[in-house]
Amino acid sequence: MDLFAEITIFVLAIFVGFEVISKVPTTLHTPLMSQTNAIHGIVMLGGLIVVGEANDGIEYLIGTIAIAFGAINIVGGFLVTDRMLGMFSRKPKPKAESDGKGGS
Amino acid sequence: MPLALLARGGDASTALYIVAFSLFIIGIKQGTHPTTAKRGNLVAAVGMAVAVVTTLLLDGIGNWGLIVLGLAIGGGIGAYASIRVQMTEMPQMVALYNGVGGGAVALIAWSELRHGLNGMELEVLIPVLLAGVIGSVSFWGSNIAFAKLQDLIPTRPISAPGQQVINAVLVIAIVVICVVLAVDHESPSQGLFILLLVLAAILGNLVVLPIGGADMPVVISLLNAFTGLSAAAAGFALDNVALIVAGTLVGSSGTILTMEMATAMNRSIGNILFSGFGGAPAGGGGGSTEERPHVSIGAQDAAIKLAYADTVVIVPGYGLAVAQAQHAIKEVADELEKRGVTVNYAIHPVAGRMPGHMNVLLAEADVPYENLKEMEEINPEMSRTDVAVVVGANDVTNPAAKNDPDSPIAGMPIIEVNEAQQVIVIKRSLSPGFAGIDNDLFYEPNTSMLFADAKAAAAEIAAEIGNL
Repeated sequence: MDLFAEITIFVLAIFVGFEVISKVPTTLHTPLMSQTNAIHGIVMLGGLIVVGEANDGIEYLIGTIAIAFGAINIVGGFLVTDRMLGMFSRKPKPKAESDGKGGS
Repeated sequence: MPLALLARGGDASTALYIVAFSLFIIGIKQGTHPTTAKRGNLVAAVGMAVAVVTTLLLDGIGNWGLIVLGLAIGGGIGAYASIRVQMTEMPQMVALYNGVGGGAVALIAWSELRHGLNGMELEVLIPVLLAGVIGSVSFWGSNIAFAKLQDLIPTRPISAPGQQVINAVLVIAIVVICVVLAVDHESPSQGLFILLLVLAAILGNLVVLPIGGADMPVVISLLNAFTGLSAAAAGFALDNVALIVAGTLVGSSGTILTMEMATAMNRSIGNILFSGFGGAPAGGGGGSTEERPHVSIGAQDAAIKLAYADTVVIVPGYGLAVAQAQHAIKEVADELEKRGVTVNYAIHPVAGRMPGHMNVLLAEADVPYENLKEMEEINPEMSRTDVAVVVGANDVTNPAAKNDPDSPIAGMPIIEVNEAQQVIVIKRSLSPGFAGIDNDLFYEPNTSMLFADAKAAAAEIAAEIGNL
């Protein structure tokens, strides 16, 4: 793709990002961060591409670790965000039974 | 044996990438309200699935054994960690995710450079260099942040004399190496590139090590922004529009949060990063050792004050997370609500160790999000509040920020609990907070100190209210 087309996309994405994300309420900032961690996992695509291009041991290793790192972000990020948001959206129970967090 | 159903950079794959990043934007947009955010997260996850599947179908994708291996290891670790992590530990988890994200980018950059040793165009090499440097700084900086939050290394600022000079030298060396590599782009040196990654790694370590615990919300947000930028740079290097847009979204998010956190501390980002605020006195005793008069009460007195109030505001801080007191506090609120007392929660933007940390903890304890009030919203209500309960918060309630222009925290916006009719502070001792200064709030005539562990105290208060 043409470099200037990419720069155009980059600049527009900055404006979209600021526009959308500045509307996220502070109450949801932690899930926002973990969700952006998950979205950052998009770098796994780079890992998939470099493993395909790999020619020697080092490159196999680099690529595989990059895929694993990206997968941690994607799987872990989306799952933990889902877990947190579940806590925000659930109806308050009549009497919270201390959530099994009694001890200690 | 690649599937090779789609051409890399072809129309079909680009179109699918556009679908993917559109879903990311829609997902984040739905994250603007607690009731739609969960669905939004799912939408973003679908976008990610589209992006990953599209990439797996590209020509040139191969070595499936390694792909499956990487996915299995990373997916397994991610799933395990996200299910096991406690809500109080979210800052560490996000730090770790920032780190691996940056690490992945640095590795991809290295691999791209190895494929361009016989000459790279500058429009590929420059993003590769940026991705390598920013990725490496984020990886190591985040690891240090993780280690501090997990108490693997002291949270107190650690710095060596002349550190600013060392940092400056490192930055200059990194810039020089980048220029040399760019000039020599017909045959860039891999050795120099590895040196670049190492110097960036040292810089990442040195920048985060001197930063203390209470500044972590800024650091985590900033590293989040960095990882996003590094992903966007990788997108330029790989000509991948999904990476550019997704990375930029993450970068915007991190930048917005960083700015909000810095504003909430009334400090510039440079000041937070490059001056060990609270470094010297944060130890324990603080400056003044003389005992100032204060009122100390027990759980029963606190229960009576609360039970006969009409409006109560609870102000949580990092101490609540440390004591895991969120459930016990909710029990107090439940008991009070049973008696018809209105209970709200006042959340300072930098309470805790990351943006929104307190909100997640209270949500975990089933506090309805409508009761979580932002600072600007609750401060005008404070004078009409009968009792404000401060749990594990300190500097963010210190009236000196407003009244004393010479205070180190002067100008920092605070939760104005001193405006309430009565204040109860649940705290282990009178020791100063992160800023290392005495909290004038503790010595005001309408303040009562309840010296105890937050969780134990809250449980006791709840029981006492129940007995009234």
